[in-house]
Amino acid sequence: MDKEMELITKPMKVINIGIDSFLESLKIQGVEVVHVDWRPPAEGDSKLIEILDKLEFL
Amino acid sequence: MTSKKELIEAANRQAVEKMIASRPFVVDVKPAIEAVAGMKERMVCHAGPPLELDEMVPSFKHAIFGGIMWELWAKTPEEAERLIRDGKVAIEPNHHHNGIGTMAGITTPSMPVFIIEDRTHGFRSTANIREETVKALRYGCYDENVKRKLDWNRDVLGPVLSAALRECGGIDMVPLMGKAMHMGDDGHNENRAANLLFCMQLIPHILKTDFSKDVMREVATWMNTDTRFVSTAEMAVCKAITLAAHNIENCSIVTTMCRNGTYTGIRVSGLEDQWFKAPAPEVNLLFFPGYGPKDATKDCGDSCVTEVAGIGAFAMAAAPGMVQFVGGTVADAINYTKEMYEITTAKNTNWTIPYLDLQGCPIGIDIIKVVKTGLTPHINTSIGHVQPNVGQVGAGMTRAPLKCFADALEAFGKLMGA
Repeated sequence: MDKEMELITKPMKVINIGIDSFLESLKIQGVEVVHVDWRPPAEGDSKLIEILDKLEFL
Repeated sequence: MTSKKELIEAANRQAVEKMIASRPFVVDVKPAIEAVAGMKERMVCHAGPPLELDEMVPSFKHAIFGGIMWELWAKTPEEAERLIRDGKVAIEPNHHHNGIGTMAGITTPSMPVFIIEDRTHGFRSTANIREETVKALRYGCYDENVKRKLDWNRDVLGPVLSAALRECGGIDMVPLMGKAMHMGDDGHNENRAANLLFCMQLIPHILKTDFSKDVMREVATWMNTDTRFVSTAEMAVCKAITLAAHNIENCSIVTTMCRNGTYTGIRVSGLEDQWFKAPAPEVNLLFFPGYGPKDATKDCGDSCVTEVAGIGAFAMAAAPGMVQFVGGTVADAINYTKEMYEITTAKNTNWTIPYLDLQGCPIGIDIIKVVKTGLTPHINTSIGHVQPNVGQVGAGMTRAPLKCFADALEAFGKLMGA
């Protein structure tokens, strides 16, 4: 079995970064999952990101 | 050359060091006209940031009218409203006068207020005194009972507390509140331990005054009946602590956060007295029987000065039992505190949390961290009915709106040349 097939046929271990709903759907399917509570800085607002950058806090 | 980041971090360190070094004492109780900075003869102070009469929810407006009627400036709500619209009674936020008031936060010239003195920095703050538990002026109720209790606060409670506090030389609140947190208080909505400790310290001094036995019994009974009697003094302690951090150049620490059922507003140390307002959020409530979401005002009151000083929801890990009052689980209570370390600057070693290995409470909300993480301050709170003359309908949890912090960061960035 090549590596690509192993990926979809063997039990998966997932690291979910950010979006909660992906975490929930994996859990429902019985997938072993570790969640990283992450979100983009300033919720992705480019104007605020620019300010944070200029203040040297990024 | 010092970088912007270094300048800000140094200013923020200075701010939290000053907050932690504060030593507020409850020193006296006097009528607001004598004690509240800038109080005028025809003025009503209220909770939250500035707002117009037409922006207020009905119960908030009625609380102001009730204060005016209690002062005998008007006989009816309609007359009271006319006085405000004609400019004959001024309405201003408590925070413009170094004071706080819970829920609608009504403070009028004749009301007795706690006087707090920070013996490290010399700042003074004030807080009005609760007159009832559920159906009270702060919830927009004004009836014969409220009037009678406000009269009693002015004529009996205030003078007795004043005499006892002067007799004892003031009560040192930082160690008292620290001990109370080890006994299960969060300092915002759970105040029973602080109340007991305050009564333990003050009642012996009440007994040394010249008031009659009946008067002393009445006062001591009320201090023990209202289990949150001392809560507003604790909030004024927090106000004094935040005053120590205000107006520091390059500082991005929040020094005011408050609400009035219409707006939530914040002020930031390095941005002088500029307000950053956003619509007040709804509160995720546990309702008293018979009430539901349509009955509740949005988030309201100056009481979240406790969260600004690093207690309240920030210290819920010290008071997990209070989830029975505000909802959620014990794990939630612990997580509220843990999350707030991400948006604050220091740990307050004066106020520690046994469950978290005696870590200090998270203190010094930094607008930069709030905006960067998107995590806004948790607040635990009581909530009143949106209509007048009903009172408290429940208690719960909410978060300050991100817009206040985003707008403040824009102004701060501009000031810093970013």
